[in-house]
Amino acid sequence: MEGLPILSLMMLVPLAGALACLFAGANAARWIALGATLVTFALGIVLWSNYEIGGAQWQFTEKADLFAGFSYALGIDGIALLLIMLSVFLMPVCILASWDSIEKRVGEYMAAFLFMEVLMIGTFAAQDLFLFYVFFEAGLIPMYLIIGVWGGDNRIYASYKFFLYTLLGSVLMLIAMFWMVAEAGTSDIPTLMQYDFPAEAQTWLWLAFFASFAVKVPMWPLHTWLPDAHVQAPTAGSVILAGVLLKLGGYGFIRFSLPMFPEASAQFAWLVFVLSMVAVVYTSLVALVQADMKKLIAYSSVAHMAIVTVGLFAFNVQGLEGAMIIMLSHGLVSGALFLCVGVIYDRLHTREIARYGGLAINMPYYALFFLLFTMASIGLPGTSGFVGEFLALAGIYQTSSLVALISTTGIILGAAYMLYLYRRVAFGGQVNEDAAAMSDITAREWVMMAPIAAAVMWMGVYPESFLAPMRADIAVLDARLAAAAPASDAQLAPGTPRAEAANAVTHDSAAEEGAH
Amino acid sequence: MHPILIIVFGPLLAALVAGLGNRMIGNVAAKSVTTGALFLSAGLSWPIFLGFLGGTQSAEVVEVLKWVESGTLSFDWSLRVDTLTAIMLVVINSVSALVHLYSWGYMEEDPDQPRFFAYLSLFTFAMLMLVTADNLVQMFFGWEGVGLASYLLIGFWFKKPSAGAAAIKAFVVNRVGDLGFMLGIFGTYLVFQTTSIAEILAAAPAMSGSTITFVGMRLYTMDILCILLFIGAMGKSAQLGLHTWLPDAMEGPTPVSALIHAATMVTAGVFMLCRLSPMFETAPTALTIVTIVGAATCFFAATIGTTQWDIKRVIAYSTCSQLGYMFFAAGVGAYGAAMFHLFTHAFFKALLFLGAGSVIHAMHHEQDMRFYGGLRKHIPLTFYAMLAGTLAITGLGVYHLGVGFAGFWSKDAILEVAFARGTQVSTTAFWLGVGAALLTSFYSWRLLFLTFWGKPRWIESEHIQHAVHKTPEEAGEDTTGGYHPHESPVSMLIPLGVLTIGAVAAGQVFAPKFLDEAAFWAGSIFYNEPLIHAMHAVPYWVKYSAFVVMLLGFMGAYVAYIAKPDIPAKFVAAFGPLHNFVFRKWYFDELYDAIFVKPAFWLGRKFWQLGDIGTIDRFGPNGIAWVVDRSATAAKSIQSGYVYTYALIMLLGLVAAVTYVLL
Repeated sequence: MEGLPILSLMMLVPLAGALACLFAGANAARWIALGATLVTFALGIVLWSNYEIGGAQWQFTEKADLFAGFSYALGIDGIALLLIMLSVFLMPVCILASWDSIEKRVGEYMAAFLFMEVLMIGTFAAQDLFLFYVFFEAGLIPMYLIIGVWGGDNRIYASYKFFLYTLLGSVLMLIAMFWMVAEAGTSDIPTLMQYDFPAEAQTWLWLAFFASFAVKVPMWPLHTWLPDAHVQAPTAGSVILAGVLLKLGGYGFIRFSLPMFPEASAQFAWLVFVLSMVAVVYTSLVALVQADMKKLIAYSSVAHMAIVTVGLFAFNVQGLEGAMIIMLSHGLVSGALFLCVGVIYDRLHTREIARYGGLAINMPYYALFFLLFTMASIGLPGTSGFVGEFLALAGIYQTSSLVALISTTGIILGAAYMLYLYRRVAFGGQVNEDAAAMSDITAREWVMMAPIAAAVMWMGVYPESFLAPMRADIAVLDARLAAAAPASDAQLAPGTPRAEAANAVTHDSAAEEGAH
Repeated sequence: MHPILIIVFGPLLAALVAGLGNRMIGNVAAKSVTTGALFLSAGLSWPIFLGFLGGTQSAEVVEVLKWVESGTLSFDWSLRVDTLTAIMLVVINSVSALVHLYSWGYMEEDPDQPRFFAYLSLFTFAMLMLVTADNLVQMFFGWEGVGLASYLLIGFWFKKPSAGAAAIKAFVVNRVGDLGFMLGIFGTYLVFQTTSIAEILAAAPAMSGSTITFVGMRLYTMDILCILLFIGAMGKSAQLGLHTWLPDAMEGPTPVSALIHAATMVTAGVFMLCRLSPMFETAPTALTIVTIVGAATCFFAATIGTTQWDIKRVIAYSTCSQLGYMFFAAGVGAYGAAMFHLFTHAFFKALLFLGAGSVIHAMHHEQDMRFYGGLRKHIPLTFYAMLAGTLAITGLGVYHLGVGFAGFWSKDAILEVAFARGTQVSTTAFWLGVGAALLTSFYSWRLLFLTFWGKPRWIESEHIQHAVHKTPEEAGEDTTGGYHPHESPVSMLIPLGVLTIGAVAAGQVFAPKFLDEAAFWAGSIFYNEPLIHAMHAVPYWVKYSAFVVMLLGFMGAYVAYIAKPDIPAKFVAAFGPLHNFVFRKWYFDELYDAIFVKPAFWLGRKFWQLGDIGTIDRFGPNGIAWVVDRSATAAKSIQSGYVYTYALIMLLGLVAAVTYVLL
């Protein structure tokens, strides 16, 4: 493995695939895209199996100086590794999900997906601030095109909204980056993560980065682009949007905001908490009244991602690790839920919940998968959703019991809107004839869903596989944050222990003991 | 391999085989695999229990797999076996095995049998994980797992809208409790830096004087932790306030009601309290709340039981009420008595439910007792089983003879211990318990009289009319309409027989161990020896109070439903509002609908329409679009094409820029 630039290779394969797709016919493009994403996934497995847990913080590093201090520098820690794995795992699924449903400009469509894969891997692997920025922002372009070209009826409005929101934040972030590089004299991310920026500068830098990341997460009230983008995007677009693009915001917080501006992060934690608490309650209630399946799941994403931000700003190991696990879990689960919507959308061409009903009768295996992902979404123990939520909420409880209490109401509201959705889709009688005539999932759809289901269970039962790679990196971050961490609001104060048990009774009455 | 591994994971494996194999392996294979696994689990559980009974077995923990390690927060998958677990093992596996067997007959005609049996076995697995948990998080896993199985089984007949609604209600109401449970776990971890139950129990007494801030309130640490955990118990065990899901859960097939909503799952809250009893004993305020909630539930649910017509709903409210007894027993410190009542209740309540199922089976799915009557001649075996169950739940037994049915031993012990505890709260609980015992006897005998005595009334039932294709008018004098109920098949009668033995003898046989022997418990619960001595020393009138009210309840039911059957209608006419209040279940459902469900939907719509669309979008992206559009129009007018206009603008711009730089 020594010397093999595997990260570059993982970007090169989809890049080559993308170029090939542009010039290939529809069917050839499908196979090329599938092949390229599978090879990339295989390289991802090689990457993971060669990642040395407990080894150097940054592994697989590559560096080539370009101009003016700007360098092509790649390298990953455990956090980036896991997010890269998530991306390359979901990509072949997306290609399969688009297999029959995309009929126009197939070559360009596949190329857009492969380009996006390149950019996503690049974003997570970049070790140079500007390189990161380029990947981070360029990732919007293929997504913009996927929504704008292959989207639904109202795709122009949706892509406009998507672009407007995400771009606005980015401009501020770029300005902040220039300032940082001027101040620290380097654009090397690992160095910057150790650099102590002056406290007052941190405030402005934090806000500039926040503007960009909060949109990506998305945090309330910057979330309204998400439901529209999801509704208009093709199924695979939604999968990637929910699965990976939303994670860029969380990744940004964990890679930039927290380690680079720890004091400002502590200073603004209340802001994050307030927005997140509002998001949990507000977007959950909005999800409850949606009549469009994709909108419902989109709103649920906002609520789930709010637990991520709460966990990140809990300033402790459980909060950070929990947030990471939720990101991975949500990537799988919400991606799978969008696939579930896609499966029936492909058959009936509507996302309106009321048009379905009783699908458990004619599509039992579909109903089973849908149930599994629904349960994972509402955090049933044994699925990935629980581990993440549990850790993140346990983390925030140590910082603030109020924030924990309000955030935890998400488990009630989440159950309400997801089960209400499931009931209307899968339970009840078969009211619509065309819905009743739909066939159960095909072999292709099995291949899409079964691996995600397996991953969800794996992460729920034995999350150690996912916790171990990032443990050391989270510990480093936690140590970096320790000085700035806010005090626990619990203020546990010892007292004199009570001498006896609450129900202690005196022995006298025992004298006149009778036989029962 | 340790037998506990087979006991716990056997049912899981069987559930997977039956559930995923489904139609590929067929009904008989799916049913055999699951039922076989459960009989195996039950067969392996009894020796463990008897081992603890005989004192030859000692507590142990079997490690299975690492689960989570995050900083100092770590917990594993592991199986704890001690006295408390052993009791639950025999209860769960015995009842579950019998219910599996019973379902062969009861679900005979259902098209979805593999799915049903898979759910039953999955439930059993989750319940076993709950009772073998060595840490709070695994207990929560089992807790939510049984919730899932309960959801799936309540919604088993998912084509019925009412089943789907009841399933959601059960899950969501339980989640309200789970919110408390989760916060309790977080708080426990914060205070003790562990989720291991053994370590928490060991460290709890030292924390009993400490205080902590929770959501701005300064409270005793142990009180707030125990209250949060108890909220979880209230949800799962359907205690007052969070009880509304249990009666609706009767939408599930009757074997499910017997297994999950009577014998096992709903007792999880009581189990949790007993498992954590040394911790609760450091929290006097929390225990007072437990006692109050338990006593209130026990009385409240019993009142509703006296008015319902649906045979399953009567038993459901009865379950709710009996769980109240268990809770206030725990609240006053008699965890052994609480567990004992859990144990005996599992047998007689499962028996009553399965008996009711047998009646429903015979009556062509009719559940309304107004359309029964005189059934004891038609289905005599079911009748004898139900009679045994009724005698057990009403607690027939004579103190001075030292003989009695199961409920006599466990319920009377609870009443006596509440009296013996001697505080104001516990005495109130005693009186509420006595009142509930009166009501219990009344509604239980009412159920029996309406069902098995009197004249057949079933031609009025639509179900029966469907079966015989006759209207009441066509049937004329013959109020049976020519419909002859038949006794259930052997697969259903065997479980009834076995449970009858339990309902008759479980109290007599096990009372000395459960109530009086600290060594039997071997530290698995907080055993309050002086309190038990005080319990035995209560005055005779206390010991006979339950017996007296049981007779009164019996006589009341006899007068109202056999001797003078016009009394109930007269009573309803005279006390209309009171009857309505009780009959409509104290209006809890209406209240919750008005203050939680409707506002949630209303708020959701308002947030969406006025918040997202009306405010954020309007002033956000759409606002920006509007500004850009307007600016473009303005810019268009500036682009006049005249050079002097451009020159002027350039000049102005230059002046502005210079001014900015200079200043």
